Amino acid sequence: MTVAQTATLPETPAGAAAGPVRPRRGRRSSGGRRERPNGLAGILAAIWLVIVAVPLYFLVAASFRTRQDYLSTSPLKPPTDPTLENYRTVLSGGFPTYLLNNVIVTVATVLIVLAVTVPAAYAVARNAGPLVQRMFSIMLVGLAIPAQATIIPVYLLITQLRLYDTLLAIILPTAAFALPVAMLVMTNSLRDVPKELYEAQTLDGAGPAAVLRNLVLPLAKPAITTVSVFTALNAWNGFLFPLVLTQSRDTRVLTLGLVDFQGQFGVNVPGLLAAVTLSVVPIFVLYLVGRRYLLGGLTAGFGK
Amino acid sequence: MSARGSSEQATHQRPSAWYAAPAVLFFGLFAVVPMLLVVYLSFTDWDGFGFPQPSGAGNWSRLAQDGEARDALVLTLVFMVLSWLVQTPIALMIGVWAAGKQLNRAVLSSLFFLPLLLSTAAIALLWRSVLDVNFGVTQSLPFLDRFNFLGNTEIVVYTVVFVITWQYVPFHTLLYQAAARGIPASLYEAATIDGAGRYKQFFQITLPLLRYTIITSTVLMLVGSFTTFDTVLILTGGGPGTATRIAPLYMYITGFSGFEFGYASALSVLLLALGAGLSLVVTRASGFRTMQSQQEGV
Repeated sequence: MTVAQTATLPETPAGAAAGPVRPRRGRRSSGGRRERPNGLAGILAAIWLVIVAVPLYFLVAASFRTRQDYLSTSPLKPPTDPTLENYRTVLSGGFPTYLLNNVIVTVATVLIVLAVTVPAAYAVARNAGPLVQRMFSIMLVGLAIPAQATIIPVYLLITQLRLYDTLLAIILPTAAFALPVAMLVMTNSLRDVPKELYEAQTLDGAGPAAVLRNLVLPLAKPAITTVSVFTALNAWNGFLFPLVLTQSRDTRVLTLGLVDFQGQFGVNVPGLLAAVTLSVVPIFVLYLVGRRYLLGGLTAGFGK
Repeated sequence: MSARGSSEQATHQRPSAWYAAPAVLFFGLFAVVPMLLVVYLSFTDWDGFGFPQPSGAGNWSRLAQDGEARDALVLTLVFMVLSWLVQTPIALMIGVWAAGKQLNRAVLSSLFFLPLLLSTAAIALLWRSVLDVNFGVTQSLPFLDRFNFLGNTEIVVYTVVFVITWQYVPFHTLLYQAAARGIPASLYEAATIDGAGRYKQFFQITLPLLRYTIITSTVLMLVGSFTTFDTVLILTGGGPGTATRIAPLYMYITGFSGFEFGYASALSVLLLALGAGLSLVVTRASGFRTMQSQQEGV
């Protein structure tokens, strides 16, 4: 049992409506075991902690160093003379533009994915016609398509559509490649809705559009959350499509901006690391606020 | 999967296929059309400007004799195997460990997940700085300071595998943690009564019950490291020399740096075919598709 499944496939519709994400299903039942300390596992965990924490500590600490300090003292000592200068440099550079572009790309991608996925998943879950099911199967094949392998034709397509170097050039392919996972998660969640609920709606005289509005949307909320988080993270961290499909400063997103900072700052590593740190802040806030949603979205569809 | 409509009576109004049309059109235009188009492009010459010119099977006969492409594919294979060998035990052990409900484990595992919050670009740039041969963290540590992790062609493949591991282990840990928490405590209680120790319990209960998660994780790791691109591009650019120029990167460089988009398309088709074949083989061989019903029984 995985996060994605438990998050998006609640056992009962009541659960679907009331408890958005309850990934820790096994916690209660597994409580009580493993109370004794486990020496070997503890040592391994401690080693891994060092491997994870030291670079992150270095990242944050160095972003507060002066360049002189960075070049002269050990990178593991705390900054001798903490400064916000690096952050000022980054924020007065292109960073706000890149951030805004990233937000636009992310929000637009999520909106497109949700707008096309919810009705399509409803059709797949409630229309057993071979046409719809065939389309769904084809889309699931997309789970195995590496985006890199289609980047050249996507580039051709985008240039022919005269979208090159626009934010739309990033948004459209990013959304398209998020569709297979989004459809999988959304369809599974709607298939778990008992058919009696659909039938009751229809008996009340509701057409498909009304069912979509009154029944599907509320019940799909947990799946919508999962799909949104998954899609948003992909769009936020996307690199290949922006790299190939945009060029100018005005359309630069955060990930490309970071790489660009690297070239631009040259030896100013603290400046670069301040930019990297800033780029993590929005996701870190999301992690603090809704850890379960975030982790559920990360593993969306991969719980199979 | 219970509410799948096929066995029901059509006693009420159902959504028409039009509800699926926007998703299908969208996916068709930006995913299916490119897949067909890349096959066509592999039979053309195109420098990225103007229109592709048909060139017969020239790109394919060139590919058949391209030693660099073969090297890149071999390197990709090495890279996949190494990544899997390193990541699987670490993710499995940390995941099972993190499934425990002790407070220290909860706190530590929330730290373990932190790399998930960084984008690939951020991770690659961070590690470039950490491993920098002049001012990096490794230069101020005993033993590690003698290595040029990104500049030595003998080491750099392992460096890339390590960074990829750092990046992706948290994700796989998450899968294992969730799966391990789903194992009924009663199994462990029974085993304890039977006198089975911790390690016996791990190998006879935990590991067998996690087998489908191991398969899932393996599929994702193999497919993931087969298509890894951005981490390596930013971290090493494929270098030094061609020491880390894995197949997707070779394709990218051929197209977008060498402007040989026709030949790069042939490489793309090869990657597509190998990727699809890989997914198919792994899922068939492992019974990946039947996993869902198996899990319902647990």
